[in-house]
Amino acid sequence: MGEKYDNLKAEAESGGYYLNPDVEFVENLIDSIEINKERYGYGACPCRLASGDKEKDIDLICPCDYRDADLNDYGCCFCALYVTKDVVEGKRKLKSIPDRRIRELKKNKESEENISLKNLKYPIYRCKVCGYLCARENPPEICPICKADKDRFEKLL
Amino acid sequence: MKLEHVDGENKGDVVLFALSTCQWCKKTRMLLEELNVEYNYVYVDLTQGDERDEVVSELEKWNKDLSFPTIVINNDKVIIGFDEDQIKEIFG
Ligand code: SF4
Repeated sequence: MGEKYDNLKAEAESGGYYLNPDVEFVENLIDSIEINKERYGYGACPCRLASGDKEKDIDLICPCDYRDADLNDYGCCFCALYVTKDVVEGKRKLKSIPDRRIRELKKNKESEENISLKNLKYPIYRCKVCGYLCARENPPEICPICKADKDRFEKLL
Repeated sequence: MKLEHVDGENKGDVVLFALSTCQWCKKTRMLLEELNVEYNYVYVDLTQGDERDEVVSELEKWNKDLSFPTIVINNDKVIIGFDEDQIKEIFG
Protein backbone atom coordinates (compact mmCIF):
# COMPACT_ATOMS: atom_id res chain seq x y z
CA MET A 1 0.00 0.00 0.00
CA GLY A 2 1.14 3.52 -0.71
CA GLU A 3 2.71 3.25 -4.15
CA LYS A 4 -0.43 4.09 -6.08
CA TYR A 5 -1.00 6.95 -3.70
CA ASP A 6 2.52 8.28 -4.08
CA ASN A 7 2.39 8.16 -7.87
CA LEU A 8 -0.86 10.08 -8.09
CA LYS A 9 0.33 12.47 -5.40
CA ALA A 10 3.45 13.33 -7.41
CA GLU A 11 1.35 13.86 -10.52
CA ALA A 12 -1.17 16.03 -8.66
CA GLU A 13 1.43 18.14 -6.94
CA SER A 14 3.29 18.81 -10.18
CA GLY A 15 0.08 20.48 -11.36
CA GLY A 16 -0.54 22.39 -8.13
CA TYR A 17 -3.16 19.99 -6.72
CA TYR A 18 -3.24 18.13 -3.39
CA LEU A 19 -4.54 14.66 -2.59
CA ASN A 20 -6.67 13.76 0.39
CA PRO A 21 -4.16 12.68 3.08
CA ASP A 22 -6.27 9.56 3.86
CA VAL A 23 -4.20 7.02 1.89
CA GLU A 24 -6.70 4.15 2.11
CA PHE A 25 -9.61 6.36 1.03
CA VAL A 26 -7.63 7.62 -1.97
CA GLU A 27 -6.36 4.18 -2.98
CA ASN A 28 -9.92 2.86 -2.95
CA LEU A 29 -10.90 5.71 -5.26
CA ILE A 30 -7.96 4.96 -7.57
CA ASP A 31 -9.09 1.31 -7.72
CA SER A 32 -12.66 2.45 -8.43
CA ILE A 33 -11.50 4.63 -11.31
CA GLU A 34 -9.67 1.56 -12.67
CA ILE A 35 -12.89 -0.46 -12.35
CA ASN A 36 -14.70 2.22 -14.34
CA LYS A 37 -11.98 2.19 -17.00
CA GLU A 38 -12.60 -1.52 -17.47
CA ARG A 39 -16.36 -1.13 -17.28
CA TYR A 40 -16.81 1.84 -19.59
CA GLY A 41 -13.49 2.29 -21.38
CA TYR A 42 -12.80 5.57 -19.59
CA GLY A 43 -12.10 6.61 -16.01
CA ALA A 44 -15.50 7.99 -15.01
CA CYS A 45 -15.83 9.66 -11.61
CA PRO A 46 -16.35 6.87 -9.06
CA CYS A 47 -18.88 8.92 -7.05
CA ARG A 48 -21.17 9.81 -9.93
CA LEU A 49 -23.48 7.76 -12.11
CA ALA A 50 -21.89 7.24 -15.53
CA SER A 51 -24.15 6.49 -18.49
CA GLY A 52 -21.63 4.37 -20.38
CA ASP A 53 -21.72 6.79 -23.31
CA LYS A 54 -18.37 8.60 -23.39
CA GLU A 55 -19.75 11.67 -25.10
CA LYS A 56 -22.37 12.16 -22.40
CA ASP A 57 -19.89 11.43 -19.63
CA ILE A 58 -16.98 13.49 -20.94
CA ASP A 59 -17.41 16.07 -18.16
CA LEU A 60 -17.11 13.43 -15.43
CA ILE A 61 -13.94 11.69 -16.53
CA CYS A 62 -11.50 12.09 -13.66
CA PRO A 63 -10.32 14.79 -13.13
CA CYS A 64 -13.81 16.09 -13.85
CA ASP A 65 -14.86 19.54 -15.07
CA TYR A 66 -16.07 20.43 -11.57
CA ARG A 67 -12.89 19.83 -9.58
CA ASP A 68 -11.60 23.41 -9.56
CA ALA A 69 -14.92 25.00 -8.62
CA ASP A 70 -15.49 22.49 -5.81
CA LEU A 71 -11.97 22.92 -4.46
CA ASN A 72 -12.58 26.63 -4.43
CA ASP A 73 -16.01 26.49 -2.78
CA TYR A 74 -15.68 23.47 -0.47
CA GLY A 75 -12.01 22.54 -0.15
CA CYS A 76 -12.40 19.20 -1.91
CA CYS A 77 -13.65 17.65 -5.13
CA PHE A 78 -16.96 15.77 -4.99
CA CYS A 79 -15.27 12.40 -4.28
CA ALA A 80 -12.72 14.02 -1.91
CA LEU A 81 -9.85 12.60 -3.92
CA TYR A 82 -8.43 16.10 -4.38
CA VAL A 83 -8.43 18.59 -1.52
CA THR A 84 -7.03 22.04 -0.85
CA LYS A 85 -3.81 22.77 1.00
CA ASP A 86 -5.65 23.93 4.13
CA VAL A 87 -7.36 20.55 4.32
CA VAL A 88 -4.00 18.77 4.02
CA GLU A 89 -2.67 20.97 6.81
CA GLY A 90 -5.68 20.18 8.98
CA LYS A 91 -6.91 23.77 9.02
CA ARG A 92 -10.15 22.95 7.28
CA LYS A 93 -12.40 19.98 7.93
CA LEU A 94 -13.14 17.64 5.09
CA LYS A 95 -16.75 16.70 4.48
CA SER A 96 -19.09 15.30 1.88
CA ILE A 97 -20.27 18.10 -0.44
CA PRO A 98 -23.23 18.62 -2.80
CA ASP A 99 -22.88 17.56 -6.43
CA ARG A 100 -23.04 20.54 -8.79
CA ARG A 101 -22.99 18.47 -11.98
CA ILE A 102 -26.69 18.33 -12.92
CA ARG A 103 -27.10 22.05 -12.18
CA GLU A 104 -23.97 22.95 -14.17
CA LEU A 105 -25.09 20.87 -17.15
CA LYS A 106 -28.38 22.77 -17.20
CA LYS A 107 -26.61 26.10 -16.86
CA ASN A 108 -24.16 25.30 -19.66
CA LYS A 109 -26.98 24.42 -21.99
CA GLU A 110 -28.55 27.80 -21.39
CA SER A 111 -25.33 29.80 -21.71
CA GLU A 112 -24.29 28.01 -24.90
CA GLU A 113 -27.08 29.81 -26.68
CA ASN A 114 -25.88 33.18 -25.44
CA ILE A 115 -22.31 33.07 -26.69
CA SER A 116 -21.72 35.59 -29.42
CA LEU A 117 -19.10 34.82 -32.02
CA LYS A 118 -16.61 37.54 -32.66
CA ASN A 119 -14.52 38.12 -35.71
CA LEU A 120 -11.34 36.65 -34.31
CA LYS A 121 -8.26 35.71 -36.25
CA TYR A 122 -8.19 32.40 -34.38
CA PRO A 123 -10.85 30.63 -32.35
CA ILE A 124 -10.26 30.43 -28.59
CA TYR A 125 -10.28 26.99 -26.98
CA ARG A 126 -10.65 26.36 -23.26
CA CYS A 127 -9.60 23.27 -21.31
CA LYS A 128 -12.63 22.39 -19.18
CA VAL A 129 -10.47 20.62 -16.62
CA CYS A 130 -8.04 23.40 -15.73
CA GLY A 131 -9.19 26.50 -17.62
CA TYR A 132 -6.14 26.79 -19.93
CA LEU A 133 -6.87 28.99 -22.94
CA CYS A 134 -5.28 28.97 -26.37
CA ALA A 135 -5.91 30.71 -29.67
CA ARG A 136 -5.32 28.30 -32.57
CA GLU A 137 -7.19 26.48 -35.32
CA ASN A 138 -7.72 23.37 -33.21
CA PRO A 139 -7.21 22.44 -29.56
CA PRO A 140 -3.91 20.71 -28.71
CA GLU A 141 -3.77 16.88 -28.51
CA ILE A 142 -3.27 17.13 -24.77
CA CYS A 143 -3.56 20.11 -22.48
CA PRO A 144 -0.01 21.40 -21.88
CA ILE A 145 -0.99 22.39 -18.35
CA CYS A 146 -3.06 19.53 -16.91
CA LYS A 147 -2.56 16.81 -19.59
CA ALA A 148 -6.27 16.39 -20.24
CA ASP A 149 -7.19 14.93 -23.65
CA LYS A 150 -8.14 17.03 -26.65
CA ASP A 151 -11.81 16.13 -26.27
CA ARG A 152 -11.96 17.96 -22.93
CA PHE A 153 -11.58 21.32 -24.75
CA GLU A 154 -14.50 23.57 -25.61
CA LYS A 155 -14.55 26.31 -28.20
CA LEU A 156 -15.06 29.46 -26.20
CA LEU A 157 -15.12 32.04 -29.00
CA MET B 1 -36.59 -1.75 -7.97
CA LYS B 2 -34.47 -4.56 -6.55
CA LEU B 3 -33.02 -3.80 -3.14
CA GLU B 4 -30.37 -5.57 -1.11
CA HIS B 5 -31.29 -6.07 2.52
CA VAL B 6 -29.05 -5.50 5.54
CA ASP B 7 -30.21 -6.79 8.91
CA GLY B 8 -30.22 -4.67 12.01
CA GLU B 9 -32.57 -2.93 14.35
CA ASN B 10 -35.73 -1.56 12.75
CA LYS B 11 -35.47 2.22 12.93
CA GLY B 12 -37.94 2.92 10.16
CA ASP B 13 -38.02 2.19 6.45
CA VAL B 14 -34.51 3.11 5.31
CA VAL B 15 -33.48 3.05 1.65
CA LEU B 16 -29.96 3.95 0.55
CA PHE B 17 -29.17 4.88 -3.05
CA ALA B 18 -25.47 4.27 -3.55
CA LEU B 19 -22.72 3.49 -6.05
CA SER B 20 -20.47 0.47 -5.63
CA THR B 21 -17.42 2.59 -6.47
CA CYS B 22 -18.06 5.60 -4.24
CA GLN B 23 -16.16 6.02 -0.98
CA TRP B 24 -18.68 8.34 0.69
CA CYS B 25 -21.28 5.63 0.01
CA LYS B 26 -19.01 3.07 1.63
CA LYS B 27 -18.59 5.29 4.69
CA THR B 28 -22.37 5.70 4.85
CA ARG B 29 -22.90 1.95 4.80
CA MET B 30 -20.26 1.45 7.47
CA LEU B 31 -21.87 4.05 9.71
CA LEU B 32 -25.37 2.60 9.27
CA GLU B 33 -23.98 -0.80 10.17
CA GLU B 34 -22.10 0.60 13.13
CA LEU B 35 -25.38 2.12 14.35
CA ASN B 36 -27.06 -1.25 13.76
CA VAL B 37 -29.68 0.15 11.38
CA GLU B 38 -31.81 -2.23 9.32
CA TYR B 39 -31.81 -0.89 5.76
CA ASN B 40 -32.14 -1.66 2.07
CA TYR B 41 -29.78 -0.39 -0.58
CA VAL B 42 -29.27 -0.35 -4.32
CA TYR B 43 -25.98 0.10 -6.14
CA VAL B 44 -27.30 2.18 -9.01
CA ASP B 45 -24.14 1.79 -11.11
CA LEU B 46 -24.78 -1.96 -11.25
CA THR B 47 -28.30 -1.57 -12.68
CA GLN B 48 -29.04 -1.50 -16.39
CA GLY B 49 -31.75 -0.61 -18.89
CA ASP B 50 -35.30 -0.31 -17.53
CA GLU B 51 -34.20 -1.03 -13.99
CA ARG B 52 -31.69 1.86 -14.17
CA ASP B 53 -34.42 4.22 -15.45
CA GLU B 54 -36.76 3.15 -12.69
CA VAL B 55 -34.18 3.64 -9.94
CA VAL B 56 -33.04 7.00 -11.31
CA SER B 57 -36.59 8.38 -11.52
CA GLU B 58 -37.24 7.20 -7.96
CA LEU B 59 -34.05 8.92 -6.78
CA GLU B 60 -34.93 12.08 -8.67
CA LYS B 61 -38.09 12.44 -6.58
CA TRP B 62 -35.93 12.83 -3.49
CA ASN B 63 -32.78 14.43 -4.80
CA LYS B 64 -32.81 16.62 -7.92
CA ASP B 65 -29.01 16.53 -8.10
CA LEU B 66 -29.14 12.73 -8.52
CA SER B 67 -26.12 12.44 -6.26
CA PHE B 68 -24.84 9.63 -4.08
CA PRO B 69 -25.23 8.61 -1.34
CA THR B 70 -28.88 9.49 -0.75
CA ILE B 71 -30.82 8.01 2.17
CA VAL B 72 -34.63 8.09 2.19
CA ILE B 73 -36.31 7.45 5.54
CA ASN B 74 -39.96 6.39 5.82
CA ASN B 75 -40.63 7.73 2.32
CA ASP B 76 -40.40 11.17 3.84
CA LYS B 77 -37.04 12.41 5.11
CA VAL B 78 -33.90 12.61 2.96
CA ILE B 79 -30.22 12.74 3.82
CA ILE B 80 -28.01 13.76 0.91
CA GLY B 81 -24.29 12.98 1.03
CA PHE B 82 -22.35 11.39 3.89
CA ASP B 83 -23.74 13.69 6.57
CA GLU B 84 -22.28 12.00 9.61
CA ASP B 85 -23.92 14.27 12.17
CA GLN B 86 -27.39 13.95 10.67
CA ILE B 87 -27.12 10.18 10.32
CA LYS B 88 -26.04 9.87 13.96
CA GLU B 89 -28.75 12.22 15.10
CA ILE B 90 -31.47 10.24 13.38
CA PHE B 91 -30.25 6.70 14.01
CA GLY B 92 -27.90 7.05 16.93
S1 SF4 C 1 -11.78 15.07 -9.61
FE1 SF4 C 1 -12.78 14.14 -7.84
S2 SF4 C 1 -14.97 14.48 -8.17
FE2 SF4 C 1 -13.92 14.83 -10.11
S3 SF4 C 1 -13.96 12.83 -11.14
FE3 SF4 C 1 -12.05 12.90 -10.03
S4 SF4 C 1 -12.48 11.93 -8.11
FE4 SF4 C 1 -14.48 12.45 -8.99
